[in-house]
Amino acid sequence: MLDDYVLIGLLFVVAFALPVLAITFGNLLGPKKPNRIKNDVYECGMEAFGPAWVRFRVQYYIFALIFLVFDVELMLLFPIAVAYDFLPLFAIVEAVLFILILTAALLYVWRKNALEWS
Amino acid sequence: MDDFRVADLFTSIGRLWTNWLVDLGVSDPWILFINSLIGAILIVVIPVTIVVFTIMGERKIIGRFQDRLGPNRVGPFGFLQTVPDVVKLLTKEIITPDHVDKVMYHIAPMMSVVAVLLIWAVIPFAPNVIGADLDIGVIYFVAVASFGTLAVLFAGWSSNNKYALVAAFRAVAQLISYEVPLVLSLLVPVLLASSMSMQTIVETQRQGWFVILAPISMLIFFISSTAEIGRSPFDLLEADSEIVAGYNIEYSGMKFAMFFLGEWIHAFTICALTATLFFGGWLGPFVTQVPALGVVYFFLKMFILYFVQVWIRTTMPRLRIDHLLNFNWKFLVPLALANLMVMSLVTRLLNPIEGPAADPVVQGAVFFGANLVLVVAALMIVGGVARRARQAQEAQRFRAVASGVQG
Amino acid sequence: MTTVVFILFSLMVLGGGLMVVTASNIVHAAGALILSLFGVACLYVLLNAGFLAAVQVLVYIGAIAILIIFTVMLIRREGEDRLSFNSMWSGVLVIAVLAFVGLILILNQVWPLGMEGGAPDMNLDPTVQLGRMLLDPAGYVLPFEVASILLLSAMIGAIVIAREKRKE
Repeated sequence: MLDDYVLIGLLFVVAFALPVLAITFGNLLGPKKPNRIKNDVYECGMEAFGPAWVRFRVQYYIFALIFLVFDVELMLLFPIAVAYDFLPLFAIVEAVLFILILTAALLYVWRKNALEWS
Repeated sequence: MDDFRVADLFTSIGRLWTNWLVDLGVSDPWILFINSLIGAILIVVIPVTIVVFTIMGERKIIGRFQDRLGPNRVGPFGFLQTVPDVVKLLTKEIITPDHVDKVMYHIAPMMSVVAVLLIWAVIPFAPNVIGADLDIGVIYFVAVASFGTLAVLFAGWSSNNKYALVAAFRAVAQLISYEVPLVLSLLVPVLLASSMSMQTIVETQRQGWFVILAPISMLIFFISSTAEIGRSPFDLLEADSEIVAGYNIEYSGMKFAMFFLGEWIHAFTICALTATLFFGGWLGPFVTQVPALGVVYFFLKMFILYFVQVWIRTTMPRLRIDHLLNFNWKFLVPLALANLMVMSLVTRLLNPIEGPAADPVVQGAVFFGANLVLVVAALMIVGGVARRARQAQEAQRFRAVASGVQG
Repeated sequence: MTTVVFILFSLMVLGGGLMVVTASNIVHAAGALILSLFGVACLYVLLNAGFLAAVQVLVYIGAIAILIIFTVMLIRREGEDRLSFNSMWSGVLVIAVLAFVGLILILNQVWPLGMEGGAPDMNLDPTVQLGRMLLDPAGYVLPFEVASILLLSAMIGAIVIAREKRKE
């Protein structure tokens, strides 16, 4: 079983090698004439002002948080799905209860209008 | 040469090779290493070769959809167009802007490609032909997909460019939002097969493809995956006319090409996964007698699904970010949750722990019926909500007109 | 061979952790955190706990790290890149060493805390075992359902806090 992971590890290395090779080729074959204008930050043809700073929008954070909660829930559901063949009906009902509580969480967030992007 | 069966071509070749290594006196760990290395190289080479053809094929198909010919100058019917494209990208100057975050800037495009290629390790091509039949195959795929999300974030941040950063954040918001229904819909095949191993899921489909048993899951999976890779109608991430090429503004030449390569490969990887999880993977007539046929069936299914994906891409307009997120959280996620609950209950009710399993045909019919009921209910609810919203709007307008007439 | 790999992964975990606290750029620190978490996932693989490794990558790297990076990248202001120097570092070091030693003692049963884990049935796949125990009334079903309530309250709490900021 562990042997499978040897392939994954090697795949990681080989898969990393591909873009490295490609980019090295590109570096070798392409011209290299840096000048101040080309190296500057792109701002629709104007000189950029100020550092890269984005206005803080709570929305991003809330989406990431909701995703986190659901992610943890899903991870708890996976062993249940795998053990499905061995689980009697009341165990499934318990699992459904779990999912229902989290659906309630989603409904709460929905009602509080936290899912809006405005 | 013990038993070399042409019918079982790939396994036989593998066995011959390993026996030859053993005869040479190579010790066991080295055999494992060499075989794994060869497997890894194959897994990298296969998608990259396929992508050359799919890029071409897609451009021709899109051209036909738009009533034009598509590229037809280079090579017969334009099929060698990708070659000069690659040469062009190779010879472009790689401009590294000032003030970029060195490590992240260079790693991001590589992470993007690696994330996609890693998925191919668990895709089964034929009964015994698979990179690594991990017993966590399905979760492995989702875990690797999150690497791609990180790559986008790193790219946007390290570019030191406001637009790139904003685009990257929106992209990540879309990516993580659609991961939820993706994983929820993935739970259904795992449930039906009682295993996360891809090979086992394909084997279980001998009694019936999961697309018939769980069509809603297939639809949710397909839609969410299309959103995960940033393809139309969800391609806000690279909306060329809007956020100025998104998070990869500051990338040029081969680095830019790497992002695109990752996305193109991901496109048909999704189709490969859908084919494996829902359409029976390498299953098909005579595949037990001639296992090598499995490869043919697998690729056939993958390309048909890919055609459907291209079809959707050329037909639908782009979704706006708030529409996209609303669709996800207010429709897809509740639907996926309801689907999961219904499927798990129905399956257990049909096949109680003590007692005989129901007849597969009956099972299929019941599952399909349950899915149908769910879809109808969902559409009715959505229709009702939309109708009420429309009525409220009309009432408002009516009142405005009436008061306007008065005043 | 396994030892070499183990040492490599441990270096990844420890090196990543070290870089987190010593990096001057806070985004680099987040990147180092990701490296460290990935090293932990690799260690899980070595322990034949493939499921845990996948969960580690999915939850820690795919959700928590992204959350941390969002927060860091959004709140960052120019000139705040230099992390402040903590003058109490010697005291903290002592506490950390004590905690480490204590943990080793507990894990090696030298200093038992009265925890006895039940021996798992090795005939079944560990993930299947986990699933069965999670829903077994004689097992962990109550903590399981409580966990869902915990997640619900976490979500409610986060929304409450975030909304207050918006009203300001």
